[in-house]
Amino acid sequence: MTNILLQLNSIYLSYGSHTVIEDIDLTLQEGEIGCLLGSSGCGKTTLLRSIAGFEKPDQGQIRIRNKIVNDNATNKPPEQRNIGMVFQDFALFPHLSVKKNIAFGLTKLNKTAAAQRVQELLDMIGLADIGEKYPHQLSGGQQQRIALARALAPKPDLLLLDEPFSSLDVELREQLATEVRKIIKHEGITAILVTHDQHEAFAMSDKVGLLHQGKMLQWDTPYNLYHQPTSQYAANFIGQGVMIPGTVLNSQTIKTDLGDIHGKVPDGCRENCPVDVLIRPDDIIHDDKSEHQLEIIDKVFRGAEFLYTLKLNDTSSVLCITPSHHNHPVNSQLGITLDMSHVVVFKRNLTK
Amino acid sequence: MIHFIKNLTDRWQLGVILIALLFAVPVITVVSFVFQGPNDVWQHLVETVLADYISNSLLLMLGVSLGTLSIGITTAWLTSICEFPGRKIFQWALLLPLAVPAYIIAYTYTGMLDFSGPVQTFIRESFGWGPRDYWFPEIRSIDGAIMMLSLVLYPYVYLLTRAAFLEQSCVTLEASRSLGRGPWRSFFSIALPMARPAIITGLSLALMETLADFGTVEYFGVATFTTGIFRTWFGLGDATAASQLASMLLLFVFVLILIERFSRRQARYHQHIGRQAHARRIQLSFKQGWTAFIACSIPLLLGFALPFSQLLIWTIETAEEMINSDFYTLAANSLSLAFVTSLLALLLALFMGYGQRLKNTRLIRLMVRIASMGYAIPGTVIAIGVVIPFAWLDNSIDDWARDQFDFSTGLILSGTLFALVFSYLVRFLAVSVGSVESSLGKIKPSMDDAARSMGYKPFQVLRKVHIPIMRTTLLTAILLVFVDVLKELPATLLLRPFNFNTLAVRAYELAADERLADASSAAIMIVLTGIIPVILLSLAITKNQYEPSEND
Repeated sequence: MTNILLQLNSIYLSYGSHTVIEDIDLTLQEGEIGCLLGSSGCGKTTLLRSIAGFEKPDQGQIRIRNKIVNDNATNKPPEQRNIGMVFQDFALFPHLSVKKNIAFGLTKLNKTAAAQRVQELLDMIGLADIGEKYPHQLSGGQQQRIALARALAPKPDLLLLDEPFSSLDVELREQLATEVRKIIKHEGITAILVTHDQHEAFAMSDKVGLLHQGKMLQWDTPYNLYHQPTSQYAANFIGQGVMIPGTVLNSQTIKTDLGDIHGKVPDGCRENCPVDVLIRPDDIIHDDKSEHQLEIIDKVFRGAEFLYTLKLNDTSSVLCITPSHHNHPVNSQLGITLDMSHVVVFKRNLTK
Repeated sequence: MIHFIKNLTDRWQLGVILIALLFAVPVITVVSFVFQGPNDVWQHLVETVLADYISNSLLLMLGVSLGTLSIGITTAWLTSICEFPGRKIFQWALLLPLAVPAYIIAYTYTGMLDFSGPVQTFIRESFGWGPRDYWFPEIRSIDGAIMMLSLVLYPYVYLLTRAAFLEQSCVTLEASRSLGRGPWRSFFSIALPMARPAIITGLSLALMETLADFGTVEYFGVATFTTGIFRTWFGLGDATAASQLASMLLLFVFVLILIERFSRRQARYHQHIGRQAHARRIQLSFKQGWTAFIACSIPLLLGFALPFSQLLIWTIETAEEMINSDFYTLAANSLSLAFVTSLLALLLALFMGYGQRLKNTRLIRLMVRIASMGYAIPGTVIAIGVVIPFAWLDNSIDDWARDQFDFSTGLILSGTLFALVFSYLVRFLAVSVGSVESSLGKIKPSMDDAARSMGYKPFQVLRKVHIPIMRTTLLTAILLVFVDVLKELPATLLLRPFNFNTLAVRAYELAADERLADASSAAIMIVLTGIIPVILLSLAITKNQYEPSEND
């Protein structure tokens, strides 16, 4: 019994001759948290601002709770879309106290109800006693939470977050991301987030859309985006991993220097077709007893674990993560076994 | 509903365009007379006085350039780079002469230096000389005008040059000194060239005021464009020739603006490595320090302290006779006129500034620039540009009313306060637009977006977010226009309704009747009001050095 809350149909937007967004579709169910992920300039912020109503797409339809807010004939201004937005710089009003900031959007409530809602939110974000302070007296993390509370206060249909953690310290980000997710889920509000940080995307969202050059490459769960990327770009952008060359033996088997790998062969690939196979560090298990030994050409100590780079052949290498008590010197051999539960294969692009 | 909103933002845009075009009318009117070709009066002007106007204007500009540059740069350098007794006071007090309009300082010095004034009387009594026994410089001359204008206009150069010196990275100066140049050579080879765009901007402001000046040159009998326009208009009653003179004056202004723009183009290549703590000030030796003290005291003394004290003495002496109900009416006239104008200017500026923020297109930006070009245009020129179309409109309405109803409407627009306020707005809108623009620029666009996403319409956003945040700046904007209106002489003189007087006009009239002491009560009111923005400006200067701005 889920309802579609946000629906985008073939959205296009360009500035002059420069295309920013091209043919984007997506749907978000009520209560879900979606994420637009991509490197800078991929169009993710423009797409978010189009949903909010700050930008007008050239083409395409946007529906929020089944009401059309944008199509060729309509373009509702942001104030009529019943959205809440958290900005990259938080955009707290400097002339208003924390309480007044949060109450800013509560124009439909009477004074008591508004005060009650403000207090409820302050309690929820764990900042019950700073209501009388002014934004410049707060730390970055506090400002962030106030901005979230302010956006949530009027119970919008849809919450939009534009790079909400990028102006915070790295240590704070992860902690806040989980906290913010909890708050949004607690309020039961549908949200969509923009970020360039995949860890943030994974920590926050139920669905992630990967954008590249204005196109949506994949709209999927974080798990699938990592384990079943549908494009080479997605495979490279998300997580760590390398592409190793292989050759199709039959419809189920690919021959590589790591041995024969069983999995689905891409469409249009027949026998002897050259392919690339995605090998993630978690596909390779360290096993000293294995007869499959590879030379260590580089290693990085990461506290709890070691990240080894292993030489496969003259042109390729693979990554392997081991617990950090498995300390092997560079140039020695490391025994490994393959554990490929998700085989990702791409037809080799010969033009490259 | 959607269409309504769409129309609203479009109406906003339409409003900006209409206001800009309305405000362009005076200049267009004046310039359009150039295409009418010369008439007899123009021919007469060319044959007799035009050469004088041009040479006198050029001479004035040259003299004021020398005066303001030498005073402005020296004091700026001393107060920003050196350390000497009284520096902290000088750094704001040197702005005080800005509060004194040139015509008022001219009246005051005339009164002080005239044959019967305190200075000459003192000399005669001390030496027992008779009236013809000695030579005394004539203040009412072009040299006197240059001195008067320099004394009150140097703060423009001082203010901008000082800011430029303070913004210069200390590293550059230190680099120069590490390469073996002493502080003085570093100043001439590094600091001064780097500050050049700012110096030229300051100078061009001072020169625009010089070109616009009417009161001083008129009183000193120096024939320039402004007095020429006034005479052609009032004496010869010739709008065409007056407009053509005004167009020539505009050409001078235009060249000034071009030079200023050209010099500022280079400002882009100058370094801006954020705000750095300035290099330690150069500690002057005892002798140097007192020389610096004297160098800074002279302009302050001559440009403010001396004339102000004289005005104060005269005011007290004449108070019984001059401070009466007439004076209160005068003050009320001036203050209410200034208040209404400054409020209107602020509303228009908010409308234009916010309109530009909503729709920042090239067209709108151009329109805002057009609406604020009046500041460069002398009041005399604006007055002519306002009165000609208004009179034409009045006559047309009157003719039409006579035709239709056999009834004369008289002068509805041109002879009323409406024309006067409009001309003030044309001249001073730039001040409020500038304040509003820079203040709006400091508010991040995400503020607008945040308020919009919470259900507020553009106008509500302006009211709930921008205006409260900008409150202080908006008050300053009102104040600046207020003082400018209070000081403004030529436009008021030309456009005021019959029997309507302001402080500035009254001071002018009394001075013209050689009743200089009697003029002092009106004059001191203007100066005292003028001090308020100077104080605010000084506070802003001293504050900026230590604190980041509130909206960062």
